Amino acid sequence: MAQTVRSTAVTATPATQADVELRRVVKAFGTEVAVRDLDLTVHQGEFFSILGPSGCGKTTTLRLIAGFETPTAGDVLIQGANVSTVPAHRRPVNTVFQSYALFDHMTVKDNIAFGLKIRRMGSPQVRDRVAEALRLVRMETMAARYPAQLSGGQQQRVALARALVNHPAVMLLDEPLGALDQKLRKQMQVELANLHRQLGITFIMVTHDQEEALSLSDRIAVMNNGQIEQIGTPSDIYDRPSTAFVADFIGDTNLLPGRVDQAYPSQVQVTTDSGLRVLACTASSSDAQTVVVSVRPEKINLSLSAPTAANNCYQGHISHLMYLGTHLHCVVRLGSGETLMVRQPNRAESLGVDTAVYVHWAADDCLVLDPA
Amino acid sequence: MTPAPSPTPAVTWADRLAPRRWLGPVTLLGPAGVWLLVLLVLPTLLILEISLVPGLRLGQPSGGYGLGNYLQILQPVYLRVIGRSVAFAVGSTALCLLLGFPVAYWLALMSPQRWRNLLLVAFILPLWTSSLLRAYAWTTILRPSGVLNAMLAAIGLPTQNWLNTPTAVFIGLTYSFLPYMVLILYASLEKLDTRLLEAAADLGASPRQSFWKITVPQILPGIAAASLLVFISTLSDFVVPTLLGGASSMNISRLIYNQFLGPTRAWGFGSALSMVLILAVSLAIALLIRYGDRNTVTET
Repeated sequence: MAQTVRSTAVTATPATQADVELRRVVKAFGTEVAVRDLDLTVHQGEFFSILGPSGCGKTTTLRLIAGFETPTAGDVLIQGANVSTVPAHRRPVNTVFQSYALFDHMTVKDNIAFGLKIRRMGSPQVRDRVAEALRLVRMETMAARYPAQLSGGQQQRVALARALVNHPAVMLLDEPLGALDQKLRKQMQVELANLHRQLGITFIMVTHDQEEALSLSDRIAVMNNGQIEQIGTPSDIYDRPSTAFVADFIGDTNLLPGRVDQAYPSQVQVTTDSGLRVLACTASSSDAQTVVVSVRPEKINLSLSAPTAANNCYQGHISHLMYLGTHLHCVVRLGSGETLMVRQPNRAESLGVDTAVYVHWAADDCLVLDPA
Repeated sequence: MTPAPSPTPAVTWADRLAPRRWLGPVTLLGPAGVWLLVLLVLPTLLILEISLVPGLRLGQPSGGYGLGNYLQILQPVYLRVIGRSVAFAVGSTALCLLLGFPVAYWLALMSPQRWRNLLLVAFILPLWTSSLLRAYAWTTILRPSGVLNAMLAAIGLPTQNWLNTPTAVFIGLTYSFLPYMVLILYASLEKLDTRLLEAAADLGASPRQSFWKITVPQILPGIAAASLLVFISTLSDFVVPTLLGGASSMNISRLIYNQFLGPTRAWGFGSALSMVLILAVSLAIALLIRYGDRNTVTET
């Protein structure tokens, strides 16, 4: 591959070159607005994910970049060139479709060679490039087969090879692993990450699977309702969500609505609607009085005896218990009536339904957010 | 017909012949089976036998079996008739495909969804009237003092006699079988996965390239099915060549008709011609089954 250097400064360093840029893009279908006022910059060589629930506009965003949709307003730029009105077949991007969309009347080899032949590349070169692509996705022995003779995972590899053989500036992946079973998914995630590292080209992936987005991406845009809620690195998104929606959508969290009692530098004292007093840290400088406290289930500690030192410590009892092998998932009902999800490592503690427990967490482990 | 017997040795003959195994299929297939046997299979075998009696004429003593009737077909005058029949069939099939494909394409992929069924019905409406009546209607359009010439005269173009020409046969056959072509192509195009066209565009194919490299190969089974069906129907059509073609357009069906009901009463020769037609149509149907199957369509 020509490009071997993967940009290490992927976390929004201004010096990094923009590969794909959306400027105030709006896409409406009739009266339905799928994407509203979207601003987005994806850097060269980045693995960028667009994450959100179904109907949030993430696939439309990808289709706007691919050229299958033209924006109602705003501009789409690829490598600095405004391509808003350029049809799909003249854009330097290739897509891996959710359904794979393999040409079932062609062999694997011909599927992969399709883009090269369209560009009238000489046949010796086509043969070399196809062989290289087949090797990259480890499908060398399947070249003469038809798509109908392949398993789902193999079809997925062919779809990948068919896109990357063209050496596009940007690879677009629409729920690429959505149709695979859990085990194959994990395996393909590793392969996707390896491919991205080897090729050094920009990947933009649409997914509704937060775990997939977190494990693969350099940066993630979380979308909701046609807009971007937050863009950041996986740890930004998970540990420092900027809205209650993001906190709730990425991973599990407990959201406690309440009011700010007192503000300290970087921390606030909140009284929740049910009367709990919680000390939490603030991410933003927002001085809103009505807030939501977010605390992740795995940040909450559970103990049978009163802990020695903790900012936020409450008494309650376990109302539900789910055994998950490596973990226990508990629902704890507090004395104040609130219920909290708690994730506990599977240790030799005798926890059961109705066991009286203490729950506690550090102020640094919970975050005050604006209500959604 | 009974289901194929299972190869497992555990199944005994008594079990295979038990009424529960054959009663259902026999009840369902029996009546139609008897109908076909008496009215199709036996008559065809009878025709086969008659075709093997050279020089058989109604009311005359015959001289035993032989291939004389089939050798008679090889005379140039009859080969020309067969050639003309094939030309009518190929020509009108090609015309149907050329005219029908754009219509089917528009109906399946571009027409407004809510009007689609209505448009489709409008297109197949002519099929619900008698083909004989429609052929007669064409004679009033094509005859020297007919509608077509009146229109040509009105816009100052030279008129000509259309009726009783091969052109009239092509017009009539294409008109009669166009709806079949459109219907079958529509059914095929409607199933076309348009995501494949997006994938082709994504890989750099222009709309024209996508059409030839994706759309056409994808619906090739539909094109084959529609074309073969129209070919079979036009090859053996009797009404249109008789009413619109006149003396200039003797085709194989009319030749067969003449052998049985014309002055010569050469049943033996007529039967041999019938067998040739049946064979040709069977071949076309075999092709239809072979190439109508998606999996057998090879890469372009």
